[in-house]
Amino acid sequence: MTVNADSTFYRVVASPGGAIATVFLATVIFVAIFADWLAPYSFEIQNLPMANTPPSVAHWLGTDEFGRDVLSRIIHGARTSLKVSVVAISVSVCVGMFLGAMSGYLGGIFDRIVTAVVDLTWSFPEILIALIFVAIVGAGMYSTMMAIGIAYLAQFTRLTRAQILSLKNETYVEATVSLGAGPRHVVFAHLLPNALPPIIVAAMLATGDGIILEATLGFFGLGAQPPIPSWGGMMSNGTAQIFTAPWIIIFPGLMVALSVIAINMLGDSLIRALDIRSQVRPA
Amino acid sequence: MSLLAVDNLSISIGNVTLLDGITFSVDKGKVLGIVGESGSGKSLTALSVMGLLPLSRGRIRSGSVIFDGIDLTGLREADYRKLRGNRIAFIAQNPMTSLDPVISVGDQIDQVLRLHLKMTRKAARQRSIELLSQLRIPEAAEVCKLYPHQLSGGMKQRIVIAMALAADPDLIIADEPTTALDVTVQAQIIELLVQLVRQRDMALMLITHDMGVIAQACDDVVVLYAGRVAESNEVGAIFRQQNHPYTQALIGCIPRAGMAPGSLKGIPGSVPSVSSYASGCRFHPRCPAAADVCRTQTPQITKTADGGHVACHFSAGVQG
Repeated sequence: MTVNADSTFYRVVASPGGAIATVFLATVIFVAIFADWLAPYSFEIQNLPMANTPPSVAHWLGTDEFGRDVLSRIIHGARTSLKVSVVAISVSVCVGMFLGAMSGYLGGIFDRIVTAVVDLTWSFPEILIALIFVAIVGAGMYSTMMAIGIAYLAQFTRLTRAQILSLKNETYVEATVSLGAGPRHVVFAHLLPNALPPIIVAAMLATGDGIILEATLGFFGLGAQPPIPSWGGMMSNGTAQIFTAPWIIIFPGLMVALSVIAINMLGDSLIRALDIRSQVRPA
Repeated sequence: MSLLAVDNLSISIGNVTLLDGITFSVDKGKVLGIVGESGSGKSLTALSVMGLLPLSRGRIRSGSVIFDGIDLTGLREADYRKLRGNRIAFIAQNPMTSLDPVISVGDQIDQVLRLHLKMTRKAARQRSIELLSQLRIPEAAEVCKLYPHQLSGGMKQRIVIAMALAADPDLIIADEPTTALDVTVQAQIIELLVQLVRQRDMALMLITHDMGVIAQACDDVVVLYAGRVAESNEVGAIFRQQNHPYTQALIGCIPRAGMAPGSLKGIPGSVPSVSSYASGCRFHPRCPAAADVCRTQTPQITKTADGGHVACHFSAGVQG
């Protein structure tokens, strides 16, 4: 594969932070996808005689209170955490962009209703909205997804609406209208593509937050239900053994922290890479 | 019959009347210049023909705009959309901002062709490259792949012109197409535009504040002052003899080679704002020939001996 020296991807990995973050996240995603083959032990079969063994050659990251291999559970937990966060934020971005574009472009009563609802949810912390939603729908992986998606909806609706509002007065919008373009073409071909860069970056950062939110809900026992491992759930189990077997809580916590840092670093280098005006004309 | 006939058009925003009784017409294959200072209503006239007044919250109060037998003043938005770009095209003032920064320029021209002529992607691109070659852009196929920020102002304006020409419209409205460009490129662009318009037997409405551009490109000219027509005539006639003191003053502002230093005159006073239009003839506070009647009575548009129209009480008195 040849990498175009002008592409956004190239400019992301050309920065040290972006490169490290990309490699780390690619590894985590790879491990999550091939968890069934890569995990040295099963994530659910208990082995009580081996409970709470510290990290060793056999169990690199030790075992938990049921004798399950912590590394294997972190590997399978990566699948849960990433899936929940990525799916939730993707849905949130799509719905938020649609609502934001509609309300920004159309204005009027529709805009006022959307803005009122969005401002209302915006005034609550995300965690509270997610908790309320899970309390209503019940715990589990899919309700966690929906809860996170709804919690971030306001952010993307607002961001898109603000972008559209400023873009729709651009001369090139007037120019395309004067050449016969209809509203659908204006919104989808001109407004949304121009609004995209900040939304991509916000989505990236929100994915990091989504992982934390998923871990938090898991910690409260509201996320994926046992025996399916999630990083938050593992930390929740580990609190009881925090002084006797600290590895049970430390390693999943470390994974949450590293993943979120990596996503933030990637987001930062994306901000720089997506600034199309910083590119020079190819010779 | 004229291709475009604007008759007694008045436009207001809120309850302020910005255009008052504008009348002019453009024939096929002709170039009409609309000239006036900033704020005289040139751009508003263009917007009203394009049906884009709602963008600036304007409203047609009276008068008619007839394009090829269709009354545009009562046209539904959906029908208007079929005209725009297809039969009437618009070239905006500033090429720097009238192209979408995230779409390659080729794609932007293609979009017009695909929308109005229902061309396939491939056919559209081929036609775009042809258009750009006609606009004397070297390596047009390569330029199509570039983004607006990679092009110079003159190149961008050529792209904008290509978009306007793409669907072979009958009328092109160019709103000060060269004000944002270097003087050296200005003449080139105007010449190119006029040449293409004449080749294709289109009509062009060229809005400018530059009498030099009028002299270079136009067949007929309408002089606007403070939202009213001051004078209109054929270009040769207007440069030979100005029937309105404002036109005379405008032509007096053109610098000529060999002029003594300091002898270039401006027009004393400044363009009145909409809220403080003078009574009677709106030019009278700046007019060297103003008399009492100018302060009290609005001059009517009358036909002159040389075939033009003028709105001045003393049009005979300013001759010569």
